[in-house]
Amino acid sequence: MITDWTLWLEWFIKALVIIFALLIGFAYLTYYERRALARMQTRIGPNRAGPYGLLQPIADAIKLIFKEELSPAKAYKFVFFLSPILTLLPSIVIGAVIPWGATVHWFGRDINLYLADINVAVLFFAAIASVSVYGIVLAGWSSNSKYAMLGAMRSTAQMISYEVALGISLTPVILLANSMSMREIVEAQRSMWFVVYQPLGALIFWIATLAEVNRAPFDMPEAEQELTAGYHAEYSGMKFALFFMAEYQKMIIVSAILAVFFFGGYLGPGEAQYPILGPVYMFAKIMILLFVMIWVRATWPRIRYDRLMSFGWKILLPASLATVFLTAVGILMFDVAKNALWMWFIPVSSMLVFAICVIGVYQALRRLTYERV
Amino acid sequence: MTLDLALFLVLACIAVASALGMLLSRNTVYAALYLVLNFITVAIFYLLLGAPFIAMAQITVYTGAIMVLFLFVIMLLGAENLPAPNALPWQKPLAIALAAALFAEAAYLLIVKARSLGNVLPPAEAINATENLRQLGVALFQNYLLPFEIVSILLLVAMIGAITLTKKEKGARNG
Repeated sequence: MITDWTLWLEWFIKALVIIFALLIGFAYLTYYERRALARMQTRIGPNRAGPYGLLQPIADAIKLIFKEELSPAKAYKFVFFLSPILTLLPSIVIGAVIPWGATVHWFGRDINLYLADINVAVLFFAAIASVSVYGIVLAGWSSNSKYAMLGAMRSTAQMISYEVALGISLTPVILLANSMSMREIVEAQRSMWFVVYQPLGALIFWIATLAEVNRAPFDMPEAEQELTAGYHAEYSGMKFALFFMAEYQKMIIVSAILAVFFFGGYLGPGEAQYPILGPVYMFAKIMILLFVMIWVRATWPRIRYDRLMSFGWKILLPASLATVFLTAVGILMFDVAKNALWMWFIPVSSMLVFAICVIGVYQALRRLTYERV
Repeated sequence: MTLDLALFLVLACIAVASALGMLLSRNTVYAALYLVLNFITVAIFYLLLGAPFIAMAQITVYTGAIMVLFLFVIMLLGAENLPAPNALPWQKPLAIALAAALFAEAAYLLIVKARSLGNVLPPAEAINATENLRQLGVALFQNYLLPFEIVSILLLVAMIGAITLTKKEKGARNG
């Protein structure tokens, strides 16, 4: 029996590692994004501070720390102070349930490469994601300014709408893994990644998380041209930096969740023999998924607000319900018929639904474009 | 056990304080925030009782969805500040009488009838959490499938009703 205090020490160290990894991840994600965006726009990007501009995030941090903190005269001071913290917390809290790897033997004992393996981890993610709206709403309200308020309104409506599709698109994963524990979900993907079984589910989940973290093309709440940065318009200095940090940490977290749910998490060749490779694979998968997010931002224009809403409710929600139904049918037929071919019914049928969705969107856009009344 | 008790006492204080804050706050946004805090403490109570599923559902449904809608409506209507209390003359004595009756009933049940309330299972050790989840699924979708479906249809009807009530009829605009 290992003494109690070493267990506490282990948890403490792991929590510190996760928080610092997210902090450094945030700093260098901004650098990664600026460099990648610059390349896509045939610019060079930040390259002055340090070799290849690697010290740029640190320079930015120092600048933000020494900036003057302003707060509007008519702001609700306490909430105004609280909301950046409320925005940042959920992304760190979700980090606790993500499995970064399996178990390694260090210092003569088994160390799990995750902080907590709770058996309702999927629900935990949904719960914390739903709470993360508060920071943004309260920031908009407490600033007592109309642009901030409009940004917060848009953001609330958007996040509530896309949360529905997000929650439902988690169900196929639970059905396929037959568990709500993130670790068991990863282990269930040893034979096949879930993205192969349920490509449409992965796509819906990814689109919904893009809307949840307010990334382009769903960055309505910020919309620089219309709302002058939306809900955080009145914030400056470190408070603004906290909002910024929250957005980028959420990007990292949702990429990690997507990797866990659909892309095999920490699994990869040689991982079974050398579990320490797990975090490396996880890191690589997160980097690739983050690159796709940046790529989307560089390529796609912002979607108009009414279209954003109708896309969420009329396309994503029915499609996610269809994925749940088809996954359940596939698994049921597999159980009844004991024929592995039925598992392939799931991807084929979900791709069919995807095709119907694409045709539907295309027709609707054509109608909107050519039928002037 | 003592750690659980200490946790419970602290949480109970927070729960009662946030409930009082919700009632006494003159600003509706603050009242809503107190209610959010209260819901979160209730969720932690469920965790203490070994019911993680209900705890997470509590946070997702009440804290995450319903209270956000509340806040949304409060902000949309700009109804942050309540007007000065304009109580009806008979309201206060009636409220005091009803509160006293409720308190007396609760005290009677707790003190006098406590022995006859039946044995309560110690929840944390009753079943481990994974089994808990499985049993919940079996109970909802096998043992009580019909009531579950009826409740679902009831909620759907309520939702459609709300949409129908708020939607203007096509002819009504011109008339």
